Amino acid sequence: MSTIDADAGRISGADNPRPTWRERLVRISPILILAPSLAASFIYVFVFTIWTLYISLSNSSLLPSYGFVGLDNYASLWSNRRWNIAYSNLFLFSAFYIVGAMAIGLALAILIDQKVRGEAIWRTIFLYPLAVSFIVTGTVWSWLYNPTDGIQMLVRGLGWTDFNFALASDRNTAIYAIIITGIWQSSGFAMALFLAGLRSVDPDLVKAAQIDGASTFRTYRRVILPVIAPIFLAVAVVQIQFAIKTFDLVAALTRGGPGISTTFPAIYVYDLMFQRGQIGEGAAAAIMMLAALAVVLVPYSFFIVWRHRRESRHG
Amino acid sequence: MADAALARVHDREAAAAFRRHYLSRLAIYGLLSIFAIIYLVPLLVVVFNSFRDQAEIAQNGLIAFPRSFAFHAWADAWSSYCIGGTCEGMKRNFMNSLWMAIPATILSTLLGALNGYVLSKWRFKGSEVLFTLMLLGVFMPGQIALMPWAFILGKLGLTNSTYGLILVHVIQGISFTTLFCRNYYVSIPDDLIKAARIDGAGLWRIFRRIILPLSPPILIVTVIWQFTGIWNEYLFGVVFTSGREQPITAALVALTASGTNVRNYDVMSAAVLIGALPPLLVYFFGGKYFVRGLTQGAIK
Repeated sequence: MSTIDADAGRISGADNPRPTWRERLVRISPILILAPSLAASFIYVFVFTIWTLYISLSNSSLLPSYGFVGLDNYASLWSNRRWNIAYSNLFLFSAFYIVGAMAIGLALAILIDQKVRGEAIWRTIFLYPLAVSFIVTGTVWSWLYNPTDGIQMLVRGLGWTDFNFALASDRNTAIYAIIITGIWQSSGFAMALFLAGLRSVDPDLVKAAQIDGASTFRTYRRVILPVIAPIFLAVAVVQIQFAIKTFDLVAALTRGGPGISTTFPAIYVYDLMFQRGQIGEGAAAAIMMLAALAVVLVPYSFFIVWRHRRESRHG
Repeated sequence: MADAALARVHDREAAAAFRRHYLSRLAIYGLLSIFAIIYLVPLLVVVFNSFRDQAEIAQNGLIAFPRSFAFHAWADAWSSYCIGGTCEGMKRNFMNSLWMAIPATILSTLLGALNGYVLSKWRFKGSEVLFTLMLLGVFMPGQIALMPWAFILGKLGLTNSTYGLILVHVIQGISFTTLFCRNYYVSIPDDLIKAARIDGAGLWRIFRRIILPLSPPILIVTVIWQFTGIWNEYLFGVVFTSGREQPITAALVALTASGTNVRNYDVMSAAVLIGALPPLLVYFFGGKYFVRGLTQGAIK
C-alpha cells in the first residue's frame, strides 16, 4: 500500500512540479487523522506510566509531590502484611480461576459440540453472565453466599438443619467464594472460544481417527485438543488480564473482607490512593500490577511474533 | 438357521449400540441441564425477588418461588429508594450511565473507524509502529492511569462530571476500536481503493463511498463491545465521581452497602436488574455480534 502514496503524488501533481497547499494537505491528511488518537494513546500509555512510576519514587502522600525518595515506597509496600496477602491472593485466585474457567468452558464446548439440539439456546444461557458487570454478579452472589438468606437457608429449609455454607463470611474460604463467582461469570467466554476452535478442526482428521476405531474420548484427547492448543493459551492470557485488573468483583462481593482476607492488589491501590492518602505507595502498588501483567504479556507477545514468523516461513 | 442366529446376534449388537447411544445422549443433555440451572438460578433469583414482597423474602429466604407479587420494588428502586443521604432511586444514575456510555461509544467507534481505515489503506512509513503503539493501550491496567487522570480531570474542571468519564472512556477505548476496525478493513481488497483513486476519489470520498458501506458488521461489533464495556465499568466511575453524578455501577455498590441493618432485597433486586438490563438487552438482541466481538478481542 505504501506505493499508493507515491503514485498519488504523481497523479495529482503530474503537470505541476510544485504541489499546492491543497495537495500537501491531501498528502498529510492520513497523518492528520491519526494525530489526535496517537497523541492521546501516547499520553495514555507512556506519559501516564512514567508519571505513575515517578510518583511511586516520590514522597507523595495526600497530594502528589516530587521529592525523590528512591525505592522507599516499594520497601514499605513489600513490608506490609496486607500487600503480601493481596499479592498471594492474586496468584491463588489466578491459578484456580483460569484452570476452573478453562476446564468448565472446555467441558461445555465439547458437550455442545456433540450435535445437540437447541445449540443456540444452550450457548445463550452459558454466555449471558458475561454481558452483565462484575458489580451485578458480585452483588447477587454475595446474597447467595449470605448464610442467613441464601444457599445455607435454602438447604436448611429443605430439612438438612445443620448444613453449613458460609463460604464468603469465613476468612479462610472467602477467596474461594470469589473464585467460584469469577468462574461462573467467565467460563462461558472460554466455552465460546473453545467452541470456535472445535469448529475449525479439519473434519477429515476427525473422520480418519474414527475410522481407525478411536473412541470419542480418545479422538478428543489425541486429535482435536492438540490442534486447538493455541486457544488454551489465548484463553489463559485473557483470563490472567481479567484476574490482575479485577477490582469490581471483589468490591461488590466481599469488599476485601472478612478482615483483610480477600484484599487484591487492585483493591489495595484504590485504598492507598483514595482512602488513606498514601499516593506514593499506591503508585508503587500500581506499578507492581503493571509488572505482573508484563510478566505474562511480554513473553506471550514474543511467542505470537515468533509463531507468525514461523508460519510465514513454512506457509 | 445360521442366518437367523446371525440376525439375532446383529439385533443384540444393534440394541446394545442403541442403548449406548441413548445413554450417552442422556448424559450429555443431563450435564448441560445441570450447568444451565447453575447459570440461570442467580438470574431467576433476582427476577423473582424483584417482584416478591420483602416480608415474604424475609420469611422464606432469597431462593424460593414467589408467593406474592408486587411491582412497587421496581418503582422504589427507580425513583425513591435512598442511597446515602439522597432518596431519588437509581433513575439519575441510570441516566448518567446512559449519557456517559452513548457519546463515549459513538466517539470512540468513529475515531476507531477512521484510524483503522488510515492504518490499513493509507499506510505510510512507520504506520505499523504507530499501530503497535496504540495497541499497548489495550493492556494498560486502569490503576496506572488513576493518578494522572485525577490530575488532568482536575485541571480541566471535569472531576465529578459525566464529561470527565466520557473523556476517559473515549481515550481508553481508542485502542480497542482501532484494533477491531483495522483488522476488519485489512480484508477489504486494496484494488478497490486503487481503482477509486484512479477515478480521482480522495481519502474522505473513499471512506464515505467505499469503506463505510462495507463497515456495518464491524461497527456493530465495536458499538456493542464499547457500550457494554463502558456501561459495566466501575473503577473510574467510583474514583472520579460521587453521589448524584455516579454511574449506575458505583451507585449499585453504594446502595447494597448502605442498608446493612435491614436488607431490602426486593428493592435491591430491582435495582440490580435496572443496572443489568441495558447490556442484557444488547446481548439478547445482538448476541451473534457480541460473541464475535469477544472472540476478536481475545485473539487480537
